Amino acid sequence: MEQLGYLQQYVPVLVLMLVALGFGLGALLVGSLVRPKRPYAEKLMPYESGNPPVGEPRYRFSVKFYIIAMLFVIFDVEAVFLYPWAVTFDKLGLYAFVEMIIFIVILLVGYVYAWRKDAFTWD
Amino acid sequence: MPDIGAQLWLLGPEIVLAVFAFGVILLDLVIKEKSVLAYLSIAAALFIMFTMFGRQGTAFGGMFLADGYGLFFNFIFLTSLCLSILVSLKYLPVERINFGEYYGLMLFATIGMMVMASAGDLIMVYLGLELMSLSVYVLAGFMRQSTRSNEAALKYFMLGAFASAFLLLGISFTYGLTGTTQISGVAQYIKDNGLAGNPVLAFTTILYVAAFGFKIAAVPFHMWAPDVYEGAPTPVTAFMSVGPKAAGFAVIGRVLTVALGPVSSEWTGLLIVLSILSMAVGNILAISQTNIKRMLAYSSIAHAGYALLGVIAGGPEGLASMMNYLLIYTFMNIGAFTVVTLLRTEGVKGEDLSDYEGLSKNHPLLSALMLLFMFSLTGIPPTAGFMGKFYLFVAAINAGYLWLTVIAVIMSAISAYFYLRVVMYMYMKEPGTVIPVQRSTAGRVALMFTGIAVLLIGVQPTGFIQMARSALAGFGI
Amino acid sequence: MNEILFGYLSFAILALSIAAITRKNPVHAVLLMIVMFFHLATMYLALGAEFLAAVQIMVYAGAIMVLFLFVVLVLNIREEEKGERFASGWPLGISLAAGLLILILIITDKVLTGRQGQFTQAVILQETHTKAIGKLLYTQYVFPFEVASLILLVAIVGAIVLAKKRLG
Repeated sequence: MEQLGYLQQYVPVLVLMLVALGFGLGALLVGSLVRPKRPYAEKLMPYESGNPPVGEPRYRFSVKFYIIAMLFVIFDVEAVFLYPWAVTFDKLGLYAFVEMIIFIVILLVGYVYAWRKDAFTWD
Repeated sequence: MPDIGAQLWLLGPEIVLAVFAFGVILLDLVIKEKSVLAYLSIAAALFIMFTMFGRQGTAFGGMFLADGYGLFFNFIFLTSLCLSILVSLKYLPVERINFGEYYGLMLFATIGMMVMASAGDLIMVYLGLELMSLSVYVLAGFMRQSTRSNEAALKYFMLGAFASAFLLLGISFTYGLTGTTQISGVAQYIKDNGLAGNPVLAFTTILYVAAFGFKIAAVPFHMWAPDVYEGAPTPVTAFMSVGPKAAGFAVIGRVLTVALGPVSSEWTGLLIVLSILSMAVGNILAISQTNIKRMLAYSSIAHAGYALLGVIAGGPEGLASMMNYLLIYTFMNIGAFTVVTLLRTEGVKGEDLSDYEGLSKNHPLLSALMLLFMFSLTGIPPTAGFMGKFYLFVAAINAGYLWLTVIAVIMSAISAYFYLRVVMYMYMKEPGTVIPVQRSTAGRVALMFTGIAVLLIGVQPTGFIQMARSALAGFGI
Repeated sequence: MNEILFGYLSFAILALSIAAITRKNPVHAVLLMIVMFFHLATMYLALGAEFLAAVQIMVYAGAIMVLFLFVVLVLNIREEEKGERFASGWPLGISLAAGLLILILIITDKVLTGRQGQFTQAVILQETHTKAIGKLLYTQYVFPFEVASLILLVAIVGAIVLAKKRLG
């Protein structure tokens, strides 16, 4: 049952998640129990600085967000590769260092490309 | 790590191509004249083609195998890369897609194929396949304003993702069963532990056949091919009807005939079904097509069926005939697509069969070459297509598949109907409107080169088949 | 204890996945998927693959989720809710999936495990998963690692080619 002992290390994480969930739900629940409820039409209207609301609340976003999100995913994955490298670097030495430099330089090509193609500017 | 320099030398072709690909991506940022990038890419491919041979050995603990087999396929990939780029030069401005990324993605796709053909490990098969596929998905959707092109990219991507999932499931089962992902190691483990007949291994075989079937567009995994071939930019269609298909076959050779070689009886039956269905469905559905790109898509499905005969026959003779056929197919199919591309000019699509009516009156040389390619695709002597089929059929008969060869011959006879219909349109119909042709020197070079190759191999067929046979020395079958 | 945990996780992953693909509102589907990703991460943790669990949270629940949400926001949700949830070919899809499932169920009791490498579960627990991965990835698996960077580069170029308005 070595496995079980290993999983027990993560019990605090589980507790944290439950507490976070409980705090959010609890606050909403307590709020709905103690606050006075006297709704009328104007009060239920979305607040837009006192003006009557105009148009749909759910509008379509620009596809520009997609590029940003995509680049975020790619560089996030690049960062993930750095973790195992960092913890084993002391044992692997120069060889691993050169490998990682090549890896980063290849992605740097992509970074320069994205930068020069104005992928990071909002035109 | 043992002698890194020697290992990098074995990887030379891939490294040089990758460096050129980075160069193309970066140069594109500063250069206005995009044809420079095209010539740079061709120069890289030619340089590698002339310097790559003679490499032999394994690198990175068996992840990468430099052998004649891989190099022969590299030759096919680089040839198709050069030809497709030549064809693209004047086509891209007509479609308003003259962007430098096009050439960069072509180079990355080729690196992916080369990694696949030289993979010594199932992980490398998967990574090479993804590198190739991702690049080709984007290339298929390169005409960003065209809904057809977008649809092509999306369809190809969705079904390609399915194929990747099958491949990954197959690899994980293989790893679970044998404890290794190394191709030679898997074969060894199956032999040593008597795994033949294990139902899990049989299931794994099905998964591999499905995954590779998608990549070579064999029936029943062909659904994407007609729409994707039609929607993609024509030079990209030419490229992906040859390169990724050949890469798929290269991997079939490595994974099925080597890794799963000890259980060949389990996948041979599956491939026979795939081959018969591909030949039948491809050739019969091609008859009713009026769009030439769609027709060539179905034809490409049928040709996957023919080439599978070589894998089914197996052994050095079967594999060599398959490799030889794929090389011949590269010349004749890109040749045919070059003609289709040249008919695309400002304001004229030139994709419809009726556009070929009376073409010989206005463009005699172009029509003569199209005739040559159509004869070759049908398999009429003295063209290369005939010799390619001849070696395939001989290999299949020698392996005891006479009945399968008879089916293939009958299907070839059916295919004559739609290939020769194009010839009939060009030579026996009166021209309607005059169809202009692109004034593309590069396109003409590609046309001349493929035309000469198709004729030359048809008359002098022994060179390439000998090359393929000697490439298989030490392949391990 | 381990069996109960595994049973709960696999049931939850299946149920959440089915719930996610049957929602008509894409935002709800995405939210269900986040919960599913957390269960999947816990599953990896239970198998002793802590690095994989962390990656699952970082990349999937973090980055991929953002990508999904942005894509959902690009859609017109009103229109999406009106349409049919599944394409017309779904009976074929279900029968293919069912066939695959039956095949897998048939073969499950025939699964033999191959030879064990040097990284047994005990070794990984003792050494920590991240270190074990680092040791393999940067020695034996260098070549795949570098090819992976090419794939990421193609993804960058591809995303910009397909979605950037002015490319020239």
